[in-house]
Amino acid sequence: MQTYKLIDLAKTIRSKNAGTDKITFDIIFREKEKYDLVKNSGVLNRKLICQLYDIRDDEIADFVEFDPAYAIKFTIYRRRPSGSPGESDVFGCQQYAPLLDIEIPAD
Amino acid sequence: MKKELKFLCPNGHLGFAPTKEGSFYLGVKENPDYILCDSGSDDIGPGPLGADICASPKEWQIHDLELMLVEARKAGVPMIIGSAGDTGTNSRVDMYVDIIKELAQKHHLGKFKLGYFYSEVDKTYLRAKMEQGEVLEGLDGRKNLTFEELEKSDRIVAVAGVHPYIKLLEMGADVIIGGRSSDCAIFAAPAILSGFSEDLSYYLGKVLECASFNAEPYGGKESVLGTITEEDVKVKAMHPEQRCTVASVAGHAMYERTNPFFEYVAGGALNMTNCHYEQYDEKTCRITGPKFEPIEGKIKVKLEGSGKVGERYVGIAGIRDPYTIKNIDKVIEWARNQVEEKYGKTGYELHYNVFGKNGVMGQLEPVKEIKSHELGIIVQGVAPTKEMAEEITMIGTRQLFYARLPEVKGTAGGAAFMLDEVLPATPGYIWTMNHTVTVDDPMELFPVHMVEVG
Repeated sequence: MQTYKLIDLAKTIRSKNAGTDKITFDIIFREKEKYDLVKNSGVLNRKLICQLYDIRDDEIADFVEFDPAYAIKFTIYRRRPSGSPGESDVFGCQQYAPLLDIEIPAD
Repeated sequence: MKKELKFLCPNGHLGFAPTKEGSFYLGVKENPDYILCDSGSDDIGPGPLGADICASPKEWQIHDLELMLVEARKAGVPMIIGSAGDTGTNSRVDMYVDIIKELAQKHHLGKFKLGYFYSEVDKTYLRAKMEQGEVLEGLDGRKNLTFEELEKSDRIVAVAGVHPYIKLLEMGADVIIGGRSSDCAIFAAPAILSGFSEDLSYYLGKVLECASFNAEPYGGKESVLGTITEEDVKVKAMHPEQRCTVASVAGHAMYERTNPFFEYVAGGALNMTNCHYEQYDEKTCRITGPKFEPIEGKIKVKLEGSGKVGERYVGIAGIRDPYTIKNIDKVIEWARNQVEEKYGKTGYELHYNVFGKNGVMGQLEPVKEIKSHELGIIVQGVAPTKEMAEEITMIGTRQLFYARLPEVKGTAGGAAFMLDEVLPATPGYIWTMNHTVTVDDPMELFPVHMVEVG
């Protein structure tokens, strides 16, 4: 089966703090067709997020599809607040890399 | 009542990086009714709030304040700044008030009224509330506040809604310097006071608060112009190369928030579920349909608190031996044990970030196998005194060198040091509070003041 990588479909894939206790992830598409392809594939879901980041479902604060922006968005709880000693990403902006290679079926 | 009001926002976080002047002056030519932006963020970690310092150089902050003040006074329109000096603590508000006074002298500005308010919250006030049975509810999955957590907080700010801004505007302020505030309240307050709906006023604030982050192509620190009418909000990019599009404005609704549909402020929530976005002209996006839902019952105000964990030192080590890399966890365990032999297991923190393994993502890192031929290790020791922090960091770093691995070939030192010392860092802080407090009158947390300047 032919697949596309998320990195080749999305315009933006990013992570960033949502307050002091959460990191939010945005996957935004330029074209409605690509957004619909990913959304309708059902591949990108809470279960996959749990597998990729090795977290429990209750560590996902929110998972939404946001049609006006052609975007899929999810948010996870930090295990320690941002900027605590030993925390490695105070802005939470380098946590999206595992999403880039997600494989989406072509149809 | 005016049919429309125009708001010029030059910067999404004043002072954090200097405002770009070109698009700001283009915005000034649009004859805005208000020039305003916020200067705060909790992105910068708990250190600045805890230590009561800025995260940005004072020179950059003066630069942005000077741009705004000179043009606002020239045009005779109000200038509003929220969350002064990154954190919005009392000392940061005072600092901005002084800067405004100095700039007024420097530019020989005519008399104007400078209003300001504080938002620091005293621990004794909160303790008294808790002793009376008041519950300080935790946000974002936190448990309700305990007395112990309260005691760990060194500095606490309350996040203001529109209330102190409306109060100061009613008192005739020409310039307002705000303590910690919800970004969108800074913009919503003057719009609400002028009679526009809360629905559109809060949305106006939401869409403007990060300045050009709502435009494309990507480019920060450029000005945007927001216009509110009785029917809609329009937002226009001021930079010649930037546009506010349906995609960029809708996309920005998601930025830095859990959920693109709701924005919570003291007094209620902005519901953006039924927002409709359309391209108004090449550079302008028009938005209709947001809904403000006032809170039922008493107003809840968000509290941010930071507490010092301890003094901090940092050590740096490199590893190249492949066998040592494979056994890096054992090496770190050895070094930890050496610290524990002297100091025990508690009363300090010792952290290892191993770059080349999972230094950026920690436990979230899905790549479990080390694929790098070398590792960079950052060691952080945090302890009650500088001397102890220095020593545990020194032991924790230098003992990487002495780690005993049975089959290692290199027996002259297990780690490379680019410098054989540990470096003093700023103290370690932690966000102790992300909670709400219930108030009868939101103004009880935000005392306002007014002085005449110029």
